[in-house]
Amino acid sequence: MTTHMLPEILENSPSVSIDPKVETVELHLLLEGLYQYYGMDFRHYAPASLKRRVLKLVEDEGARTISGLLSNALHNPECFERVVLGLTVNVTSMFRDPDFYQAFREHVVPILRTYPSIRLWVAGCASGEEVYSLAILLEEEKLYDRCRIYATDLNEIVLAQAKSGVFPLAAMREHTENYLRSGGLRAFSDYYSADATSAAFHSRLRNQIVFARHNLVSDASFNEFHVVLCRNVMIYFDQSLQQRVFGLFHESIGRLGYLCLGKSESLLFSPHANEYEAIAASERIYRRKP
Amino acid sequence: MNRRPKKARNSVSIPASASSRALDSILAEERTWPSSECPGAIVVAGGSRGGVAALQQLLSSLPPDFPAPFAVVLHRDRTSDHVLLRVIGRQSSLPVEEVTDKLPLQSGRVFVAPADYHLLIEEGHFALSVDPPVRWSRPSIDLLFESAADAYGPNVIGIVLSGANDDGARGAARISQCGGRIAIQDPSTAECPIMPRAALAATQSSHVHPLDQLGVWLAQELIRVNPTPQP
Repeated sequence: MTTHMLPEILENSPSVSIDPKVETVELHLLLEGLYQYYGMDFRHYAPASLKRRVLKLVEDEGARTISGLLSNALHNPECFERVVLGLTVNVTSMFRDPDFYQAFREHVVPILRTYPSIRLWVAGCASGEEVYSLAILLEEEKLYDRCRIYATDLNEIVLAQAKSGVFPLAAMREHTENYLRSGGLRAFSDYYSADATSAAFHSRLRNQIVFARHNLVSDASFNEFHVVLCRNVMIYFDQSLQQRVFGLFHESIGRLGYLCLGKSESLLFSPHANEYEAIAASERIYRRKP
Repeated sequence: MNRRPKKARNSVSIPASASSRALDSILAEERTWPSSECPGAIVVAGGSRGGVAALQQLLSSLPPDFPAPFAVVLHRDRTSDHVLLRVIGRQSSLPVEEVTDKLPLQSGRVFVAPADYHLLIEEGHFALSVDPPVRWSRPSIDLLFESAADAYGPNVIGIVLSGANDDGARGAARISQCGGRIAIQDPSTAECPIMPRAALAATQSSHVHPLDQLGVWLAQELIRVNPTPQP
């Protein structure tokens, strides 16, 4: 079929497909190949966002086709590492959805205060923005020293970045408004020191954080938590994988423990939905029933 | 395939012309999961500046038994709330709701992309993403359109409304490439003609209509694409 397109559209579209059916087969083979050779399982990631990321990788790696990307990844472990990064990294903002953090302060913190020690799990922490947001909130609520935050992600490179506590300075300035709208009690810049391009969170904010590798697709529950946060991670999983992960969280949340999802996510699809009640429905904060 | 819930109840949504107080209580409730269906055709639309008013007018002209899901991306501030849904729903003959992840596609309803997420179409349901903004936009009209073309090919109807940038032009080209149809709000009637003009340049679509005729065209086009909706 013929279309008239602006030349720049043709130029800039990620890998204009020749035959979508071929692409579908190639994508399937890519995921199978990565799983069979490297044991890394992307087969139940949500297909639309996955395909988009794959096509971008094809372009970035100069591979021309998805088959080319598979070949590169199988024969070159460094390419494989880049593929994993490309398929899984989510960059988010500090205090994304300030209403969530307000609701967390209002509804969850008073209950956490009653515990002598508090365990929280940020599942799929990526580069760590949410972890540091939580650490700051808990410090302001004078709970931080009683807390242990487990921050996990499948990717060692991204975990190292999170552990470093260093972020681009330009991003931090954007996050200041979010911080204030979340009920922040101080100046956001009090929490980091900056040079020309980077901001480093003060090391005390890392004292109670354990960064560890964990893959929600394949790994088991490793502790019981008072709070599990997994916000805008499961949107990248298909429904069957989401069910697996909901089950994993259910094994990891004690009675009266909290599960926090992203603003446009839902617990309804979970096989355990009936065992939770909404504490702050529009902020997606749920509590496991006693 | 989507799982069917144990009890199939209507999803919570904003009914056409609901009162403010009723809306507040509806929005606070947790909705129940609707049953899945296989729509024969799907309508995807996008707009930015002037797009809300254009969408209002378009939705007011659609029949209540509109035989396809109607998904829309409006560029919106990332902090925007349900006010937008109320405004869109005001004169809509179809119920309007904001998408949550994996929500099934259902005919006869309007689905609005939530703020600060990309809205994607997969087979039978919506999917969300927080990938970086595309051409400074999240939600991106291009991503909605491209994913619809991928999932539904010739059964996609894309509509480009008033807007201040060229988001949607690439997506419209992809829809056309995959056998779907594109209709464009007549730029001379649009509050901001940039978006319609960009889509027109990208697709050379012959379906350029002022808003009052767009609804008529759409209803006719759906009958042509999908004469008998799938159960």
